[in-house]
Amino acid sequence: MAAVCLSLEGIQKSFGATRALKRVSLSIAPGEVHAIIGENGAGKSTLMKILSGAHRADAGAMTLNGAAYQPENPHDARLKGVAMIYQELNLALHLSAQENILLGAESARLGWIDARAATERARAALAQLGHETLDLERPAGDFSIAEQQVIEIARALLIKPQVLIMDEPTSSLTRADTEKLFATILRLKAQGVSVIYISHFLEECRRIADRFTVLKDGETVGRGKMDEASLDQIVTLMTGREVKDLYPRTPRTFGAPVMSVKAAASAPRLRGASLELRAGEIFGLGGLIGAGRTDLLRAMFGLDQLTAGEVCVVNAPERGSSPQLRWRQGIGFLSENRKEEGLMLSLSIADNLTLPKLAAFSRFGWIDAGRQETVAQDWIGRLQVKCLGGAQAIGQLSGGNQQKVALARLLEHPARIFLLDEPTRGIDVGSKAQIYALVDELAAAGKAVVVVSSYLPELLGLCDTIGVMCRGELAEVRPRSDWDEASIMRVATGSAAPTLC
Amino acid sequence: MLKETAKNLLAKGGPFLGLVLVIGLFSIPAETREFFLTYNNFKIIFTQTVIVAIGALGMTLIIVSGGIDLSVGSSIALTSVVGAQLIQRGWAPLPVLIAVVATGALIGLLNGSAIAGLRMTPFIITLGTLGVARGSAKWMADNQTVNYDTSPINGWMTTADPFGRALPTGVWVAVGLALATALVLRRTVFGRHIFALGSNEATARLCGIATTRLKVLVYTVAGAFFGLAGVFQLSRLRQGDPTVAVGLELDIIAAVIIGGASLKGGVGTILGSMIGALIMAVLRNGSQQMGWPTYFQEIIIGLVIIVAVFLDRLRQGKTT
Repeated sequence: MAAVCLSLEGIQKSFGATRALKRVSLSIAPGEVHAIIGENGAGKSTLMKILSGAHRADAGAMTLNGAAYQPENPHDARLKGVAMIYQELNLALHLSAQENILLGAESARLGWIDARAATERARAALAQLGHETLDLERPAGDFSIAEQQVIEIARALLIKPQVLIMDEPTSSLTRADTEKLFATILRLKAQGVSVIYISHFLEECRRIADRFTVLKDGETVGRGKMDEASLDQIVTLMTGREVKDLYPRTPRTFGAPVMSVKAAASAPRLRGASLELRAGEIFGLGGLIGAGRTDLLRAMFGLDQLTAGEVCVVNAPERGSSPQLRWRQGIGFLSENRKEEGLMLSLSIADNLTLPKLAAFSRFGWIDAGRQETVAQDWIGRLQVKCLGGAQAIGQLSGGNQQKVALARLLEHPARIFLLDEPTRGIDVGSKAQIYALVDELAAAGKAVVVVSSYLPELLGLCDTIGVMCRGELAEVRPRSDWDEASIMRVATGSAAPTLC
Repeated sequence: MLKETAKNLLAKGGPFLGLVLVIGLFSIPAETREFFLTYNNFKIIFTQTVIVAIGALGMTLIIVSGGIDLSVGSSIALTSVVGAQLIQRGWAPLPVLIAVVATGALIGLLNGSAIAGLRMTPFIITLGTLGVARGSAKWMADNQTVNYDTSPINGWMTTADPFGRALPTGVWVAVGLALATALVLRRTVFGRHIFALGSNEATARLCGIATTRLKVLVYTVAGAFFGLAGVFQLSRLRQGDPTVAVGLELDIIAAVIIGGASLKGGVGTILGSMIGALIMAVLRNGSQQMGWPTYFQEIIIGLVIIVAVFLDRLRQGKTT
């Protein structure tokens, strides 16, 4: 393994004030499969975008086969021998498999497509992957996801890359298709192609990769040979953080159950989740992005329809599940996506705050704007929202202040069960601390709270009970004291056999 | 701060400035100076605005809710044919009015149900209804105008008032409805829900608004306005014409957009839309008095639409 094909030294990258990559080094040998491991937000995507030419590093050096490597754009990177397969497939679904494989590199003579040469080249690329029988004439959209991925890899192989980057290639594959992908990767490896493999699933990395590099907070924190490191060691490298004193905890006792979920499933991701929520409890939902946490919350709130199982609200005679009903039952939902789902950016703070219960601010359908404004002012003061007043458009506020208003909507209702999806995503530390304090206050007052979070210290610091989801299932629910970052990551990445409750 | 003020002025006062500008433009040339700025001419302009204005009331509701309706011209033709046929059968004015408005509401109900129920884009659905309603109008009218002897409805849009200088009924109806709709849009739960739907449908749903029902309701109420516009169309022509009001939806949409509404939804005012409708009417009236040929008017109005949409984009870019 002395030979080096691609090497990166001291790579840095900032977006505005955010330092996405602080100091990253990486070296890839020819014909090796190299896993890049890290939590959400560790900088993996940014690093791959720099490698594939989509971004430019602010500082640091990259060399490919001993020569400086400075791709101008993704096309230039491909020509130089670095190709990337994105997590989201990039196919023109209406075009045929062959047209997709040759997209941007068509065989042409004086602008006319040379059909025979095209077929040959597409066949050759597919043969390299062991898929010579694929029907080249069928539209790409007619193939399964796994076959579409093969088409995409064939496209990358067309220009004979030395390094192939795969970003979460198995996230939408079934187990059987994953096996086929691994066979493909081994074939490429045998042909001397280096593969950079990014995945949350540690077991997969362990099976397919020769070596690994761990990123955390934009820095390389560890590297080594896959077969010499234990999963625990890798997980420790990924999460090695201390819980700071951000999380107040008022002594509290749990009351009666208020809501329960039994074997709930919904399309497309949620495959089975059961939990019981008690008054005064903060229930954390951990897991990787796409594990079905948001889907579970949406199903509980009636935004997605269940395909199996049931959601029960205690002391609620009305059956059914719709957001309207849930609000009436005193359940509030905070979307993880403020801009696209959570808020109406062009409307005022007061409107955003009171929308679920406008009727309460009106008489015979006429809105009492004065009362609406009074209530808005009250919450602005209590939550220290920085703004010009209740009539200001919410789109003009900072993320943290927008989030406070979004939360105030639930508080004003008032909700007794809070479903909070990534309540502190993308907001400043000050607002975060305020939200933690608020959630603690709610639980102390006997409300029930469900918090989805990708940030492990937050889950461990804030919650009383933590359930971890993996591939659409709520794999394990235990009291907080039974969890640590490593065990959460192990269950989330499917590297521990779940002992189901 | 100065930029902020200019921005606000553009958003809020823009349509009004536009109106002053076009009025000023036609007041200067020697050909029109004598007649343009007279009470009688404005009486004509107001009367000519009625149909577009009432259509724009409904269209404002739809556009603020994040939708669009391309079938308005056809709906007006169809409802006016229905009205003419009912008059032929000897119906009194009030029952005719109610039946025609109900017909408009029914078309809106169908539009809204298809859009909300089938989850299809309003553009496609109403493009379809545009053809269906126009064809139905021609079918019902047997492909010719529907004539009747006379009806009091004819008097609702006449500018020839022998006894005084009063504005015709249609103008007062339009003004009254504009006030009422503005209040409903600004001050009621229904109105606020329309803004919420147009601003962010996902949020509206999340906040427990029955978005499907609301959409159907919006298109139905708007349809009722289009039916009423059909009544005044009938009153103006004094006959039911299945080929009338072709492309009128574009004038109406233009009026709403010139008035400051955003095609993305969530933004718009009734006052703005009414000024927009007046701008369109002033442009038509002024061009006629200048003796410009119709094709020239069409070009000007086309350009005004483009400028208005450009201003819309400018506003969008600045506020977000």
